[in-house]
Amino acid sequence: MMHDDIVVVGGGLAGTTAAIAAAREGASVRILTHKESTLRSASGLIDVLGYLPDTESATRGPLQNPYGHLDALPDDHPYSIVGEAKIRDAFELFDTLTGDQYLGGHTDANALLPTFGGSMKPTARYPASTAPGLLSRPVDTLLVGFDRLVDFDAPAAADHLEHADVPFDVRGVTVEFPGGFRADAKLTRYVNALDRNEDVDPPNQAAEAIPAREALATAVEPHLENEGRVGFPAMLGDDHAAAVRSDLETLLGVDVFEVPMGPPSIPGLRLQDTLDSALRDNGVRVESGNPVVGYETDARGVLDAVLVDRNGNHRPYHADQFILATGGLVGKGLETNRETAREPVFDCHVDNPPARYEWFSMEAFGDHEFARFGVHPDDHLRPVDETLEPEFDNLRAAGAVLGGYDFAAEKSGSGVSLATGYAAGTAAARDL
Amino acid sequence: MSDTETPDDEFEPVQVFDEGETMDLREGADSCYKCTTCDTSCPVAEVDDDFPGPKFQGPEQWRLKRKDDVEIDDSIMSCSNCMRCDGACPSDVPLSQMHNEARASYVENQQSKLSRKYWRNRLLSNYRLMAALGSKAPRLTNFVLGLGITKWVNDRVLGITSERDFPEFAAQTFREWWRERGGNRIQDAEKRVAYFHGCYSNYNTPEVGKALVRVFESFGYEVAVPEQRCSGTPMFANGMLDDADRAAEVNVKSLGRMVDEGYDVVASCTSCSMSLRQEYPELFDYDGTAEVSAATSEALEYLRFNEDLQGAIADADAEATDELVTEFGRMAYHAPCHARNQGLEGQAVEILSELTGVDPEDVGDSCSGISGTYGWKTEHYDTSMQIGEEMFDHMDAVDTETGLTECPTCAMQMEHGTDYEIRHPLEVLEAALVD
Repeated sequence: MMHDDIVVVGGGLAGTTAAIAAAREGASVRILTHKESTLRSASGLIDVLGYLPDTESATRGPLQNPYGHLDALPDDHPYSIVGEAKIRDAFELFDTLTGDQYLGGHTDANALLPTFGGSMKPTARYPASTAPGLLSRPVDTLLVGFDRLVDFDAPAAADHLEHADVPFDVRGVTVEFPGGFRADAKLTRYVNALDRNEDVDPPNQAAEAIPAREALATAVEPHLENEGRVGFPAMLGDDHAAAVRSDLETLLGVDVFEVPMGPPSIPGLRLQDTLDSALRDNGVRVESGNPVVGYETDARGVLDAVLVDRNGNHRPYHADQFILATGGLVGKGLETNRETAREPVFDCHVDNPPARYEWFSMEAFGDHEFARFGVHPDDHLRPVDETLEPEFDNLRAAGAVLGGYDFAAEKSGSGVSLATGYAAGTAAARDL
Repeated sequence: MSDTETPDDEFEPVQVFDEGETMDLREGADSCYKCTTCDTSCPVAEVDDDFPGPKFQGPEQWRLKRKDDVEIDDSIMSCSNCMRCDGACPSDVPLSQMHNEARASYVENQQSKLSRKYWRNRLLSNYRLMAALGSKAPRLTNFVLGLGITKWVNDRVLGITSERDFPEFAAQTFREWWRERGGNRIQDAEKRVAYFHGCYSNYNTPEVGKALVRVFESFGYEVAVPEQRCSGTPMFANGMLDDADRAAEVNVKSLGRMVDEGYDVVASCTSCSMSLRQEYPELFDYDGTAEVSAATSEALEYLRFNEDLQGAIADADAEATDELVTEFGRMAYHAPCHARNQGLEGQAVEILSELTGVDPEDVGDSCSGISGTYGWKTEHYDTSMQIGEEMFDHMDAVDTETGLTECPTCAMQMEHGTDYEIRHPLEVLEAALVD
């Protein structure tokens, strides 16, 4: 029989944070996660709050100091439920876990970073590899894209930044990544070549193969004019990312930074690796590959176990406290059909408007109701039923499965996951 | 309808495609939303830029080949069938099933039955037949396989790499031992397991099979060793679906009878359990396939959920542990990819760490790179070793010369890359729990 103090369902940012926070309180914790974390699809930037949800207001953002605007959030927003202190504690834990891999903890203020589309993104924590690219630094910038990695159009991104009136000159060029990789080589192939500094054919057709980092610098160097920094799509190595960047800086003689990209997100993967190590270091057990499909209660209606489906075989995992961190519509912690949205593991109540055409706005960037779908928690983060009573006394929820906020519009996704994960994990451990 | 128009209330999209067609993979192809998580999890794409990744091999190629004039891209044969993409996909796209079917179609329709590769692959995927022959005279076979001339011929004529040493055949197979022992020593109609030993623990590492029998008997189980063929794993990986089908028919019939009699099925090899659990229901529909799938577990997993394994270990731990320390001690544990997909990647370290004197360290989530027969092929040897590099590095960093894993071919790769001696978790449990 399997028994732990706490079982966390879901291994993304919220579940991981909840598990580590609980383990640091002394609890034995197990994570049950179906698939790889959605961090692979996230930018790797960690936001608190970039914009207020009210789309009409001129003060919507980008917000200079997110903590100064928490009061303006609605009462059912996850931040309003956990409160500012928990948000700060959660970010302190994040800073401890990530060490010098992330920067931004020295201030409450948001930093502005360039996106791969050339827009400005306010964020609270950013990978050290992106730091030289901060838009507040008045340093002329060269953006470099690669012809076979079409997700980053460096000249277009540079034009976009120019039009946003950044306080420096910015240019974009597209070069061929040295080494003659096939046109449809995966991004991880490039990352790996730089990470291991493999010998590749140099760009200038010299006979001798040279290390990949040197070859890349050789390809970029002729395009560099008076710029003081060069930005690449975020693909500069994996385990040895710091060495890749510092080698390129030495070879090019300027600062080198990464621009966060869409999926697959290398900074997201690096963060996942760091968090996986933190889980191991804190004694959290992780089981992946199979979905949690149901639960068992005892005679008093208290949650006793969750059931993991292994090819038709339902395995019970017992615990005293449970945390639901299965994600939102993208992570499939919430399911929709043509009539309704539901939470599939515990069938917790999800409030949504009856008519499907009220779920969304006709404006692409409008105020979409579906974006705020999710379970609604009480003050202790326990999901409540229609009568506002907790579904179970020993079930808490964290992260995107929670309703009441639109992370895409607010730029609050990772912050809500950290804050609610931290709050749920510590509270569950203290309830043992 | 323009974006701003109010929708017509009567508009209702309809189900366009038939439901319930078991082998129609359209639903799987349609579930793919191109997030590329599978591509970032693919150990081959990371080192081989000619390999277009699981997203192409699965849903994209499936769509392309709806047109009759489109052939399967031959890069499908560079997929190692590690099945990591299955565990990665957030949308439940049946990637490995798509790969298995594409590979089988490629072999059937596009690969010459006269080619060297075809016969090499058939030979490798029918390891059981070779092993059955070789085991008739194990010492002679081991001697011949170890000869330089044999390796040279294998490499040049067949395309089986000469870089690796063939695993030695045991002097006595597991089944011979079982017969000699007179079968099981415990009868219990309530606690019965049927052991699927697979080929490797029968012909090469019977000590693993013996450990399973003794450990399960120590918990009071009646153990049966039913008739069985290869689980099919190497056949799927080589596109030899007809061979796999024949083996599956025998296995499902034989194991199905056991399940009907109240036995649960346990395996010591994580690829065998993966095959019975996942690939059989995906690819075959013999009567009883679903029942066998649902009744199958990996051995440690079975004990963990059905017995007080922690308690037994705590009791055993009170006794002498000198033997455990000298024989096992610190170990570098590698979780096989196929164990990962069954949710078993953490259990060996978790359980065995409870034993004083046994200190397994997980060497991380990289793939060993051998993927069964893949790393045995001359043309894939370098790729296999490049994939394995991360695991070798992490194993080297563990201060030991002993490795630990459930998978026979991962064990070959671990030994090949580090010269460590590789053990199976059941051997450790046997030493701890069985007098």
